[in-house]
Amino acid sequence: MTQEAYSVPGIRVPVSAAAVPLKVVFVGHVDHGKSTLIGRILHDTDSLPEGKIDMVKKACAAEGMEFEFAFVLDALLEEQKQNVTIDTTQIPFRTARRNYVIIDAPGHKEFLKNMITGASRADAAILVIAANEGVREQSRRHAYLLGLLGIRQILVVVNKMDLANYSEKRFSEIESEYKNFLVGLSLEARAFIPASARQGENVASRSEKIAWYHGPTLLEALDLLEVRKADVDLPLRFCVQDVYRFDERRIVAGRIETGTLRVGDELVFSPANKSSMVASIERWNAPGDGAAIAGDSIGITLSEQIFIERGYVASHETDTPIETNRFHADLFWIVREPLRVGRPYNLRLATQEVKCQIVSIEQVMNSSTLETKIDKHEQLERNDVGRLMIETRGPLVIDNHDRIPNLGRFVIVDDDEICGGGTISGGVYTDRSVAKSQNIFWSEGKITAGERALRSGHRGAVVWFTGLSGAGKSTIAQALERELFNRAMQTYVLDGDNVRHGLNANLGFAPEDRVENIRRVSEVARLMADAGAVVITAFISPYRVDRRRAREIALEGNVEFIEVFVDAPLDVCETRDPKNLYKKARAGEIREFTGIDAPYEAPKDAEIVVHTDRQSVDESVATILEQLLPRLKADEPDD
Amino acid sequence: MTSTTRTHLDQLENQSIFIFREAYHAFKNIAMPWSMGKDSNVLIWLARKSFFGKVPFPLLHIDTTYEFPEMLKFREWATKHYNLNLIVKINTEARERGIGYETHDPVTVTHELKTVALQQVLAEYKWDALITGIRRDEDPTRAKERYFSARNAQFEWDYKDQPPEFWGQFATSSAKGEHVRVQPLLDWTEVDVWRYIQRENIPIPQMYFSRNGKRFRSLGCSPITHPKDNRAGWPRAGPS
Repeated sequence: MTQEAYSVPGIRVPVSAAAVPLKVVFVGHVDHGKSTLIGRILHDTDSLPEGKIDMVKKACAAEGMEFEFAFVLDALLEEQKQNVTIDTTQIPFRTARRNYVIIDAPGHKEFLKNMITGASRADAAILVIAANEGVREQSRRHAYLLGLLGIRQILVVVNKMDLANYSEKRFSEIESEYKNFLVGLSLEARAFIPASARQGENVASRSEKIAWYHGPTLLEALDLLEVRKADVDLPLRFCVQDVYRFDERRIVAGRIETGTLRVGDELVFSPANKSSMVASIERWNAPGDGAAIAGDSIGITLSEQIFIERGYVASHETDTPIETNRFHADLFWIVREPLRVGRPYNLRLATQEVKCQIVSIEQVMNSSTLETKIDKHEQLERNDVGRLMIETRGPLVIDNHDRIPNLGRFVIVDDDEICGGGTISGGVYTDRSVAKSQNIFWSEGKITAGERALRSGHRGAVVWFTGLSGAGKSTIAQALERELFNRAMQTYVLDGDNVRHGLNANLGFAPEDRVENIRRVSEVARLMADAGAVVITAFISPYRVDRRRAREIALEGNVEFIEVFVDAPLDVCETRDPKNLYKKARAGEIREFTGIDAPYEAPKDAEIVVHTDRQSVDESVATILEQLLPRLKADEPDD
Repeated sequence: MTSTTRTHLDQLENQSIFIFREAYHAFKNIAMPWSMGKDSNVLIWLARKSFFGKVPFPLLHIDTTYEFPEMLKFREWATKHYNLNLIVKINTEARERGIGYETHDPVTVTHELKTVALQQVLAEYKWDALITGIRRDEDPTRAKERYFSARNAQFEWDYKDQPPEFWGQFATSSAKGEHVRVQPLLDWTEVDVWRYIQRENIPIPQMYFSRNGKRFRSLGCSPITHPKDNRAGWPRAGPS
């Protein structure tokens, strides 16, 4: 059987759905008529299935209720019973100009999570205010959230004008009050439209009863809006989701959040600050190798092998993001349990995830009244918005929200639940002198390795380097230590310099002394790893039996042992000869020098091998990091 | 892909790939049910888009033993052609008890041979997440779905208390006994699916196409699935 047997030579399907629809969210206070307005739009644009209205009318008659357009939407029986829309629904309609998708967001206070979910996908928002009741709590809160979610196209429908005698005065009062409120949020409505959804005034057709109004009807105003454009013209931000090695290619996979990426571009990866050139843009079964733009999910290969992992952000050298661990943010909180200063949370920004804590809450504001509470704040309640200082455990790559929205917004996660969302402003660089941990939660009893790992964000381990003198063990060990340290990890190098002078000062180079030297190093490494550090040892350690003992000592202490073979041919090491030891050994000044007159037993199954004759220090470190970091991940407590 | 604009289908594809990769990262133990229907073949295609030709997790076919022979043939072909790791699950215990369309009502049979079979295979493999082809346009209740949607041990979905989903951040946890449904096609409509199949030339079983004015709109167990009049006039395998 060939693929042709299952191929589709020419399916004919309607092309009307080809255009990108404008997604519009309906928000506003409960009972201000959102659902009725949607029902009216669907009816007036002829978007309802045949017989649907009759069906709902019949159902209403059977229940002894007056027919409402809103019922048309209430697909769930439960919704009809409660007369409340419970969640985001999506309904298509179309005008002569284009296709729309309606996202109906509920008005009830407890459904904020759904409103945010719906609104975050929208291109534009219709904010409904009932003329009889005027501006209410959620009229204001929803506008605030629209601003925070980055929705800039807002139409305000002053609905139920029939209940306000189609009064121009009433409309003007609401318009003026609400305009002022929006100004405080730096928002501006595209139009204020006096309407009656129930009577069909100024929705699809111009109202004669509201003759004093000369602006557009709702549908006219909608047709003037634009689908949100991908941010192609902003600086490049390519957020790494994963690095795949399914075949011989090493593909860095991710999504371009903003900007444009081309083959040959020199990219800077933050937070490592490593550069490499885009060798290829990878897409499967897609034409060409053309530029990738904002919104594209792609893969790239690089010309140099640098260490990259999920969370890294690639940019062009000329316009890099901010790298920091402290920043200011405006945060809205949506769960019952309040946000507390000092308590650890997880923070997710694009594909980055780091531990964080709230350093201080500088201001708390009611998202509806915009009233500022000025007393000292230790927590943020549900529906509150706070201006905070946040500190993360490791470096975080950010942008200010007003510059690059996608890298300037984040969510706070507690116990795997998204609890709030924030936007970053006035990004500042690290000031570690101010950074200090507070309110650390102690529990009773012996501290487990898991607890330590959770605290430091990684597990302890012994990374045991072995290789000839001059192979590059100490150089690579120090470079690796620096890389780990920069990731806010606890790490320490044990080498001849810091061990021989103190701990092992009484040992010489006789065979039994060498054995004892390695034994002591093994024990110290295991203790330090047990304390949570990533201990890197850099000793020739030429004998398999000694390295096996080191491994056993580590494993007895439940500490992971990772052997790294720093491999370089003897002649290369001898050429390097940084301490002139080979020369001395050849001259007979030193006896039993490994490789000359003492054997080196190369590892057969080291976890990691680097070839320093072919790999630079950076490449060697990248190779090690790639395999080491996944092993150091702290397990989640419930694992 | 050189222009600076993207079509609606491009956008849907990009979003689905993003979701696939997030799911593959978030869940250690993940699988993708495969009915061989058009949506699940689109899912395989999008998985290959996401992972550069490879499908890096097992596919699961719940085999009711009432499959159309044409579908089984397609299964065999696609498994080989795509190099899939296919797990075929049959509720043999129920079949041995004599459960079947010949003797039982369709609700019982479907429950035993599909739902119970899925429960059994989930218990066996303990997947944290399943990638499914749910679309919002399928049913009004689907409109409330999330891209990442938790199911409890009874497969129930609490649509009234769902975590928020915004800014590309998803609820990636599954409590004990729960699994997460990952739904990369959520924003697609049926028409989008057909247009994508056409654009990408995705192999699908030929039973979908109009024969003598009748076609299968969805493909289930052979005794209870019948072709419908093709009133819409599409899709139709046209002359090449």
